[in-house]
Amino acid sequence: MRKYINSKLEGLAPSGIRRFFDIASEMEHVISLGVGEPDFDTPWKIREAGIYSIEQGRTIYTANAGLKSLREEISRYVRRKYDLTYDPQKEILVTVGGSEAIDVGLRSILEPGDEVLIPEPCFVCYAPCTVLAGGVPVPVPLSEKNEFKLTAEDIQAHVTDKTKVLIFPFPNNPTGAVMDRQDLEKVRQLIIDLDLFVISDEIYSELTYGTERHVSIASLPGMQERTLVINGFSKTFSMTGWRLGYAMGPADLIKQMTKMHQYAIMCAPTLSQYAAIEALRNADQEVEDMRTEYDHRRRLVLKLLKEMDVPCFEPKGAFYVFPNISRFGLTSEEFCQKLLYSKHVAVVPGTAFGDSGEGFVRISYAYSMQQLKEALSLMRAFTEELARGQHV
Amino acid sequence: MREEILRVMDRNARISVTDLAAILDASEDEISSEITKMEREKIIYGYHTMIDWDRTNDDHVLALIEVRVTPQRDQGFDAVAERIYRFEEVSSVYLMSGAFDLMVVVEGKTMKEVALFVARRLAVLDYVLSTSTNFVLKKYKENGMVLAEEKKDERIIVSA
Repeated sequence: MRKYINSKLEGLAPSGIRRFFDIASEMEHVISLGVGEPDFDTPWKIREAGIYSIEQGRTIYTANAGLKSLREEISRYVRRKYDLTYDPQKEILVTVGGSEAIDVGLRSILEPGDEVLIPEPCFVCYAPCTVLAGGVPVPVPLSEKNEFKLTAEDIQAHVTDKTKVLIFPFPNNPTGAVMDRQDLEKVRQLIIDLDLFVISDEIYSELTYGTERHVSIASLPGMQERTLVINGFSKTFSMTGWRLGYAMGPADLIKQMTKMHQYAIMCAPTLSQYAAIEALRNADQEVEDMRTEYDHRRRLVLKLLKEMDVPCFEPKGAFYVFPNISRFGLTSEEFCQKLLYSKHVAVVPGTAFGDSGEGFVRISYAYSMQQLKEALSLMRAFTEELARGQHV
Repeated sequence: MREEILRVMDRNARISVTDLAAILDASEDEISSEITKMEREKIIYGYHTMIDWDRTNDDHVLALIEVRVTPQRDQGFDAVAERIYRFEEVSSVYLMSGAFDLMVVVEGKTMKEVALFVARRLAVLDYVLSTSTNFVLKKYKENGMVLAEEKKDERIIVSA
C-alpha cells in the first residue's frame, strides 16, 4: 500500500505544549497555572440565551457567513469599542472560533512560497497553519527589552521580496504584551511601504489593563484595506467551548474566505451564534467584572514574582505573565519539568511558543487568587532550592 | 481607591491587608488607613460570616415578616421601626416600597419560637396593623454566593 498521509502534515512537529501536557497529565495532584482559557463560566444571561435558542427549535443551519443579526451586532460592537467600521453584509465572517478564521484567512491569502512574518513568542497555530496553506513561516523573535513589542527594525530584519503577510498577535499570548497607539504608529508606515497584508489576531482585545484600552491596527489610517482582523467570544466572554469567532476584512477577501468556510464548515454553530448576540448586546458589565478580577490577579502575581526575585516585565494584556527564569541556568523546559516533578506545579516553557521563548515560562492567571498564591509559594520554594544549588 | 477596597471586601471580608495592597497596587499602610477611616465613618459597619446553618447541628430558622404599620406624625416609620429593631430576635429591618411597609427578618431556633415572637411581641405593638410571616425553607443563593455548589476545574491541565 502506498503512503497515504500528507507529508507536509506529518512533518509538522507536535506543539511543545502537547509534550508538556503528556507529562503533566500523567501526574496526580498537579496545581496547574498552565491553561490558556478563562476560569470563569460563561455569564448566565449568555448561557440562558443559548438554552432559549434550543428551546425555540433554532437547530438549523444559519447563513454561511453567520446570522445576519449577529454580523450586524458585531459591526456595532467593534464600532463602539475600537472605532472600526465594517459592513455586516460583505466584510464580516462568523467562524468556528478565532482559530478557524486564522486558518481560512491564511489559506485564502497565501500562494506557494509566500512568506509570513510571525512575531514570536506567540500562540502556537500560526506557523503550522502557514505551512499547511503552502506558505513559509518566518519567525520574528521579539525581545524582553522591547517588552515583547514588534518594532520596525524587527520587521525590516526579516522581510524579503517574498514576504506577503505579517501576523500581528496583540494583546499577546504568551507574553501579555500589548501594542498601544504609539507603538502601532511606529510600524504603520513601514507595513504600508512594504505592501504587507496584516492578519491581526485580537482575541484578547477586551483584556487589557491600565488606562489605555485596546487599539486595533486596522483603525489606523491606510490599514483597514490591508488588514484582516480576527476576534471572537472565547476570551472576552469566557466562551471557549462555544467555538465562535469572527473575521473582518476587505470585502474581496471575506468573499473568498466565506466560500472556503462554506465548503469546509457550512456555518458556525447556530446556538452559539444566538448566545453571542446576547453577549455583544448586554454583557459589558460582566466583561468588566472579569477584567477587573484578572487585573487584580495580574498585580498579585507580579508582586509574588518580584518577592521571589524572578524578573518579569509588566504585561498589559491577556491573562499571562512571562517571567525571565534564565538566571537559574536551566532551559525553560528543564525549569518547568523540575518544577513539575518536585512541586507538582505546572507552568508552560516559553519555548512552546517559539525559540525566542527560551529563558522564560508562561504563567496563566486564569485561576483563583488562592490557587495562584498556593502555586507561586511552591514555585518560590523551588527557586530558593535552585539558588541553593539543589535540583541540578 | 475606597470603592475598589469595598468591592473586594464585599466578596471577601477576610482578605488580608497584604493581599489587598498587592491586588490594588497600593501600599499596606494606605490600605489599612483607608479601612480604619471607613470603619470610623461607619461606611464599613461590621464584618459578617456567611454560614450555612443547615450543614451544622444547630437548629436555625429564618423568617421574612411583612409588617404594615401606621406612620406617625413627625416621625414617619422611624419610631415604630425602632420599637421593632430593638428586639434581639430581629436581625434586619428594612423600610419598603410596595404593599407593606417594613420587612422584618427574624432568626430563631424553631418555627414555633419565631411564630410566638411575632404573636406576642410584634403583632401587638401600637401602630402595627398586620403581619405576615414567611419562613425560609431553603437557601439557594445568599450575598451573591450559591450555596451547595461545588465546582471542579475541568479544564485541560495545560493548553495553548
